[in-house]
Amino acid sequence: MADKKPSKLKILTAGIIKENPVLVLILGTCPTLAVTTSAINGAGMGLAATIVLIGSNLVISLLKNIIPDKVRIPCYIVVIAGFVTVIQMLLQAFVPSLYEALGIFLPLIVVNCIILGRAEAFASKNTVVDSILDGIGMGIGFTFALIIMGVIRELLGFGTLFGIQIFPDGVPTVAIMGLAPGGFFAYGCIIAAINKLTKGRAIKKKDFDCENCAGGCEGCASAQKGECAK
Amino acid sequence: MTGFIAILITAIFVENYVLSKFLAICSFLGVSKNLKSAMGMSVAVIFVMMAATAVTWPIYYFLLEPNNLSYLQTIVFILVIAALVQFVEMFIKKSSPSLYNALGIYLPLITTNCAVLGAVVLNITKSYTFAESMVNTLGAGLGYMVAMFLFNGVRSKVDNADVPASFKGVPITLCAASIVSISFMGFTGLVNGLFG
Repeated sequence: MADKKPSKLKILTAGIIKENPVLVLILGTCPTLAVTTSAINGAGMGLAATIVLIGSNLVISLLKNIIPDKVRIPCYIVVIAGFVTVIQMLLQAFVPSLYEALGIFLPLIVVNCIILGRAEAFASKNTVVDSILDGIGMGIGFTFALIIMGVIRELLGFGTLFGIQIFPDGVPTVAIMGLAPGGFFAYGCIIAAINKLTKGRAIKKKDFDCENCAGGCEGCASAQKGECAK
Repeated sequence: MTGFIAILITAIFVENYVLSKFLAICSFLGVSKNLKSAMGMSVAVIFVMMAATAVTWPIYYFLLEPNNLSYLQTIVFILVIAALVQFVEMFIKKSSPSLYNALGIYLPLITTNCAVLGAVVLNITKSYTFAESMVNTLGAGLGYMVAMFLFNGVRSKVDNADVPASFKGVPITLCAASIVSISFMGFTGLVNGLFG
């Protein structure tokens, strides 16, 4: 990534389109599928993860020369968990409805592959400003993908959008889109559509069977995220 | 006793961690390609989950809650899991090299497996007793194994199928997961029917 010193704008936009963490790199699948039953939940999850991502990128790039290489993953996790706890308490205090809706997936931001992956692949090698930009870009990309998923599932599943009735009462809705199977299906179709639009360029090499990382994104996050993302 | 069986069945089938709660999707999609590694990963997950529950439950109820520190739950739990995984890895490496060869490569991946953190957090959220927590965790782990095993079979068929070019790879795998997930919805109401 740091081959040719990419410009600040490139770093910022990479996460939004070219390296969108959810739609292109296929990371962070669990929250993508679980919380996108409505567009507003998707947006809330995206924003919460973005704040954690920016904060953890900032702190990790500041500490990159202090953290010993051998214990870097536990150190990153502690930094991330700290920010997640802050977000948890803020949401509980100010937006309790969102706190309830996100439920278990709020503490699970800690093990979100995107955040650990960016810490390992980007923040630990780059300057503070670049890392913040990367965090903002990746966060926007994540939020954007979650909102798309949420809009599709909410519209088809409940006939509403951000809680506002879109389809008139008589139109039947596809209730299963709001349930677990609909999540898998919508995600699969969105990736297929992106494949079609980019003629397979974007995702070709991003199949799950990346030999270096047996555990999909988990393998990447804890072992060799850098090599896998290339 | 029926209570325990109901919790176990619920965790394995009705609220399957992978297919209806969307936990551990990454490893579900990543490792399910090969039956041997799928089973290895499942056994390692069950093992770590049980150990993590056995450690985190007392920590929460005897250390965090009496001291009003329950907001530290997330940090403490993830640290316990990370340390536990490291410890288990070192212990197995010394005591049983053959087991280490079978499970070794999966162990480091488990720290970031959301099913483990998810299970221990849910046990606290649902305010289960220690025994109920252990049963629920066992069910969660077995449910993960069942999902991995079933999906491995589906996947080996899908991989040989002739699908449209843009659906190849990730998208068709997700669509297949969707159908497996629909079949698990058939278990809804099972527990109420049996034990309710």
